[in-house]
Amino acid sequence: MNLSNLHVTRTSRAAKAAAVVGALILIVLIAAPWWAGRADMRLMGELFLYLALASLWNLMAGYAGLVSVGQQAYVGFGGYMLFALTIFGGIYPLGAIALAGVLGALVAVPVALLIFRLRGAYFAIGTWVIAEVFRLSFAQVSALGGGSGSSLPVGIVKSLAASRSGREHLSYWLALGSTVIVIAAVYLLLRSRNGLALTAIRDNELAAGSLGIDIWRTKFVVYVVTAALTTMIGALIFLQKLRISPDAAFSVNDWTAFVIFIVVIGGIGTIEGPIIGTLIFFVLRETLADLGTIYLLVLGVVAIVIMLKAPNGIWGLIRGRFDIELFPLSFRVKTTHPSKKG
Amino acid sequence: MEWVNAIVQGTLLGGLYALFAAGLSLIFGVMRLVNIAHGDLIVLGAYLGLSVTTVLGLNPLLALIVVVPIMAAFGYVLQRGILNQTLGKDILPPLLVTFGLSVIIQNALLESYSADPQKLNAGALETASVAVGSLSMGLLPLLTFGIAIAVIAALQWTFYRTALGRAFRATSDNQEIAQLMGLNRRHIFGLAMALALSVTAIAGIMLGIRTSFDPSIGGGRLIFGFEAVIIGGLGNLWGTLVGGVILGVAQAIGAKIDPGWQLLAGHIAFLVILALRPNGLFPRING
Repeated sequence: MNLSNLHVTRTSRAAKAAAVVGALILIVLIAAPWWAGRADMRLMGELFLYLALASLWNLMAGYAGLVSVGQQAYVGFGGYMLFALTIFGGIYPLGAIALAGVLGALVAVPVALLIFRLRGAYFAIGTWVIAEVFRLSFAQVSALGGGSGSSLPVGIVKSLAASRSGREHLSYWLALGSTVIVIAAVYLLLRSRNGLALTAIRDNELAAGSLGIDIWRTKFVVYVVTAALTTMIGALIFLQKLRISPDAAFSVNDWTAFVIFIVVIGGIGTIEGPIIGTLIFFVLRETLADLGTIYLLVLGVVAIVIMLKAPNGIWGLIRGRFDIELFPLSFRVKTTHPSKKG
Repeated sequence: MEWVNAIVQGTLLGGLYALFAAGLSLIFGVMRLVNIAHGDLIVLGAYLGLSVTTVLGLNPLLALIVVVPIMAAFGYVLQRGILNQTLGKDILPPLLVTFGLSVIIQNALLESYSADPQKLNAGALETASVAVGSLSMGLLPLLTFGIAIAVIAALQWTFYRTALGRAFRATSDNQEIAQLMGLNRRHIFGLAMALALSVTAIAGIMLGIRTSFDPSIGGGRLIFGFEAVIIGGLGNLWGTLVGGVILGVAQAIGAKIDPGWQLLAGHIAFLVILALRPNGLFPRING
């Protein structure tokens, strides 16, 4: 056993191949306006936004242990901020989305100070109360249509791009771009010093604390960053929908239940999980959606079975069988010369 | 006088919220499980009451004789069949499984009863009232409040005066040692869930007599119950009643100011108490 033959690395052949394939897929997706139909692009745009929401929820629940069932608070807040800033502030929609992110972070600070007093499952329901407070408060704002909601004025929609196809391409690229940014941000965060702290907290909170990690601060940062990004995704979602109402904006089913199912089915606590989960979710939805409520029943049963029988989700099963990682996060020991046994 | 009236009506409404909360508090106390599907189980109780009253032609209050055992049996099977597998150090499995359960119950109800609002018909009881001075109090809210007190007293007695309650407390304190003393914790947890869902059945029927309901309202009921538990302090059953009353009064006062403020005022009262007294007003155990 000669130690000099060994070295520690994060990359692997699978990860390098995945990076190349991923880059190729990304180029194909960027070119979608030239090969995909209008309906396909709309569906893909929606898929990207769900993927972004799922990756963000996964960062909170899978890594920081913050299980929230109230992320619809920020989705809806983002939507309403887009409408308010463009209609009353006269801000260009893209600027309004960025500004909404800043406002989302500012709102998340006092919210976090309050609900971080609740632990575990009570934290989860606490986040739901916050989302209800947001919903009821925005229903009181008569300038934004009160309980029945309002539509984005035509002038603002046209300011994005003059033609309908131009607007559709732009909103598709925005959705794709935001997903890439979110996944890249999660990946880089997890590879950084803070990511190491988060992974340690995920694996054992007590041990992480005794090694000097400031658990409260780490969780707080994750909560606020996630809130800011979720707010921006929410603004994008309602830029696509062009219409907002309190019930749609703060829907627990649309923005939290589906997202949780995606992450659980795909594999919680991994970057790959939400990607696989989103693909499965959309395949199921496109094939079973005609069944209406039965489809949701099936989704609930699938999620429970996976949680009980394979708590690491589909990606967990794949990783357990083949020991691969598409986003290289963990460290591996390799021999320097593959011909010699280490 | 109008304000006194609002406070009295809010207090009586608090009885219903305490019924929502009692089951939640019980299962948290025994097995540290927070059941996200609790609100949907309340609605399930109301729908079972609806089926029983229409099929057998019973008064909803008499329907309790049928609905309570059904819900208790369902609770036992649910706990032993599914929920026991999720209990452990990790909080994620029970949370996500009960969340999935909530979606399943909601859509199963939607599939079998449709989305039309329903109501339980209790006849003359619904409109009867008694006059106290210049105040007029509905007989139904008074009855609900009385039932809430009786249910909490009964739970309290079960917890501290019976062999079953001793088993609950022992398992809650230390599962391994309770197991060594010959208690089967899986069975004990099953019984706790059965008891909790019996209370849930009562809550569902009282809800169904008081207002109309549809499959989607479970989440809201869960939140009211949860707020009552936290305001009162974790693990304290009488505190839960106080929590329910505070929530009810806050809502009634909010509604008096502006009808749109009813629910918001309740949530704000909860958040204020959370900010000032994070462990609730009368905490017993640490979460």
